[in-house]
Amino acid sequence: MAEFTSNPVGKNVPRADAYDKVTGAATFVDDMQFGPGLLYGRLVRSPYAHALVKKVDVSKALAVPGVRAVVTGQDVPARIGLYLIDRPVFATDRVRVVGDPVAGVIATSEEIAEEAAQLVEVEYEELPAVFDPVEAAQPDAPLLHPDLGKYKVANFIFPEPGTNISEHFKLRKGDVESAWPRCAAIVEDTFRLPQIQHVPLEPHAAVALWEQSGQVTLWTSSQSPFAQRDLIAQSLDIPHGNLRVVSPYVGGGFGGKAGVSMEVYAVAMARAVKGHAVKLRMTREEEFIGTTVRQSLVAHTKIGCDAEGNLLAMETQYYFGGGAYNDYGVNIARAAGYSCTGPYNIPNVKGDSYCVYTNRPIGSAMRGFGMPEIHWGIEQIMDQLAEKIGMDGAEFRRRNCVKTGQTILTGMKMPAVDLVACIDKVTEAIGWEDRRGTARPCPAAGPRPSTPHKKRGQGIAIMWKAPAIPPNPGSSAIVRFNEDATVNVEIGAQEMGQGVFTVAAQMAAQALGVPYEWVRVSAPIDTRYSPYEWQTVASRTTWSTGNAVKAAAEDARQQILEIVAEHWDEDAEDLDIKDGKVISYKSEREQPLQNMVIYGLPNENFEGWKGGPIVGHGMFMPTYITNLDPETGQGVRAVVHYTVGAQAVDLEVDTETGQVEVLKIASAYDVGKAINPDLVLVQIEGGAVHGMSSAFEVLRFDEKGQPINSNLVDYRIATSADVPQEIHGDIVETPLEDGPWGARGVGEHVMVQTAPAIANGINDALGIRFSDLPLSAEKIFLALEERKPTEE
Amino acid sequence: MATHSITVTVNGGKEYLDVPSNMTLLQMLREKLALTGAKNGCAAGECGACTVLVDGEPVNSCMMLAVEADGREVTTVEGLAHEGQLSALQEAFTEHNAVQCGFCTPGMLISAHALLERNPHPTEQEIREALVGNLCRCTGYLRIIESVQAAAARGGV
Repeated sequence: MAEFTSNPVGKNVPRADAYDKVTGAATFVDDMQFGPGLLYGRLVRSPYAHALVKKVDVSKALAVPGVRAVVTGQDVPARIGLYLIDRPVFATDRVRVVGDPVAGVIATSEEIAEEAAQLVEVEYEELPAVFDPVEAAQPDAPLLHPDLGKYKVANFIFPEPGTNISEHFKLRKGDVESAWPRCAAIVEDTFRLPQIQHVPLEPHAAVALWEQSGQVTLWTSSQSPFAQRDLIAQSLDIPHGNLRVVSPYVGGGFGGKAGVSMEVYAVAMARAVKGHAVKLRMTREEEFIGTTVRQSLVAHTKIGCDAEGNLLAMETQYYFGGGAYNDYGVNIARAAGYSCTGPYNIPNVKGDSYCVYTNRPIGSAMRGFGMPEIHWGIEQIMDQLAEKIGMDGAEFRRRNCVKTGQTILTGMKMPAVDLVACIDKVTEAIGWEDRRGTARPCPAAGPRPSTPHKKRGQGIAIMWKAPAIPPNPGSSAIVRFNEDATVNVEIGAQEMGQGVFTVAAQMAAQALGVPYEWVRVSAPIDTRYSPYEWQTVASRTTWSTGNAVKAAAEDARQQILEIVAEHWDEDAEDLDIKDGKVISYKSEREQPLQNMVIYGLPNENFEGWKGGPIVGHGMFMPTYITNLDPETGQGVRAVVHYTVGAQAVDLEVDTETGQVEVLKIASAYDVGKAINPDLVLVQIEGGAVHGMSSAFEVLRFDEKGQPINSNLVDYRIATSADVPQEIHGDIVETPLEDGPWGARGVGEHVMVQTAPAIANGINDALGIRFSDLPLSAEKIFLALEERKPTEE
Repeated sequence: MATHSITVTVNGGKEYLDVPSNMTLLQMLREKLALTGAKNGCAAGECGACTVLVDGEPVNSCMMLAVEADGREVTTVEGLAHEGQLSALQEAFTEHNAVQCGFCTPGMLISAHALLERNPHPTEQEIREALVGNLCRCTGYLRIIESVQAAAARGGV
């Protein structure tokens, strides 16, 4: 007998996509069948980090049998971008990173396309390159974008033409200068994070078909089918209605499949071979250098507190290494600017956050969107301040963390959250030892290291993150019935593993009054049939799409109630829908939904009918976000809300090898309301491992900017052998005012503070601080060697 | 490119195929037979998303030529369920939320299947070692390890 789950919100119902995914039936773009007429594309990429393009000769490539066309910047003189339209589709006059696409070859097989791509002759004139964001921000640095002042830009982004600075966000609150003398402790340091990559298991893939009629279809692995339609339509001058984006399951996104990266090439190449679908898929190497990466960061940060442990002032400069194009990255620097204090209430703040062009892979959205980067330094300084004034690090955080109703750094009131509860949960789960007043180094009391050459330590870190979105990103949803009263929910939010299809079905079922098992989410997402969704990013869909789904279901429910009320000659307010039946609290009558949701209900003696096919629709868009003052970052409401959380780790460091073994991670997040608690817990577990892995990851380049570890052997991500024995998750539920059932998102937050929690744990074990990522064994080993007293 | 006529048993059915010398087993499965459960994640034997069983042993099908499969028996993720009935491992992966994006899942299931076939009651350490060649970026592995333990406890694969 089929399972039957009433009122599914808050219950651990099974994932809607699990069966397809365990049987191999789930379809990803590369699995779609296009028949023998399918053509294949390969990109010709720049071997230089920075060079002028003098000449592109495609004649030898065109002569290869099986080659159908070669496309260059001459054929596609277009730029693309989300917040700053700075990225040429194909380089025309200049390349700005190793791997910058110069041409695209279309052929009957991938092998032929690859062979012909080698034969495209490009004449370059090498230019000086710049890789470090601080160097790149200097007035005399080699300029990557001389035309920066001419690019179209969103009205909340502030590039500085004539420099490499694509965004400068300023935050000014109170007066830091007068606060420093009142500080009993001040810590100032510079923190560096390298570029890292998302490493989704599914490499980017796209197939495009440009029909003779002008209709264009793009099949793509995308978190942003609608944003891709919009940006590609604008870039390649396609009427929006003629461009259809279809996106089946996404095999891991983490931000790397947000916005537009390689998809525009598939469309631009398809235009050259009208009537033939063209498949473009990234190799693993291209995934590292030719899609997007997390931006690098250099952070100069100074924070002070009084003798009682009250934070008084913070001054910080964040230099994000945005890579060759900053079309998406500018908003990361902005988000880091308006959240620059981390989750702390600090009365005096001076923050400057820059996005800077560098001759590196394109920095863009990655899980956390600037927050893992800035928390790396902030959370280590907080530990150092606590230590200096003799206070326990957890207690210091309880005292200073943001609390409901406080006026935060941008001037907005902090929406309701309970970060103290998160801190309490993780300290309890990890067996936190109060370190008040103890001198460092202080190896954790409690459990001892497993062997004498290992040192054991505990670390804690907290976080906040707001959805970093434009002021008005919208969601919409449609709820339709089948004759048997099963329900199709249509949304434009994408399933990439986070569980949005499951959660959307739970919400629709709850709002309609039907069992969870009756509801299916229509897939794949198809901009021709699915209702609009801005993008599946920023941990916003449980909240935003959820609100749209709830509204659509309530609309459908109301339609049904009104038909039945008229039929029974009762008041709709006395009726309800329970387990798929309309019931009257007044007359105790019942009407099953089957058939009536399509055919309506007959009048007495079949003298006419009422109702008809029920279609509910709903939408949600935040309408209350205000722009911020460009000189101070102050405004009425900077963001929609914040999700907060805490993590604590228990770890060992092998003093003979420098290797860190994380034994346990405890996490707690305030999600407002867990629509599906176990799906929250698996986000927490997976995110903790992603965060742990990120502490050891680095993209490496030689001095000319050539990537040297763009494969999964040399760029290691955490394996089953590396993960902790235990990841403990706790859910805190302080309802969000405008969240569906109070829910807010939790997809990205779960990895934001893991790296600094580990760094704090290493310091607890060894008494050594590391201000630069990655936390490689070599670095730790050398630091231990350096500290050894010299013999004799 | 020379082609070769091969006979290979895939998920219990005999296939007679002409394959080019340089075609990998993964390409053969995906492009000749439209069995797209095994995934192409790196084409270099690094991620494990393409893992299939060849005569019961887990192999990275991107690192094996199709001609080498001549006369052998191949099992892909599509061959694990029978008439809509999920295997014990598939059942456990579903129940324990060991699936997120699903791209690593087919290879992960095959590696776990091979482990339980040769060692029906593995320790946690043995499970971790058996899955070390199957990368996952979503789940953090713990639910996957739990699922293998649960399937083993039920005495199934």
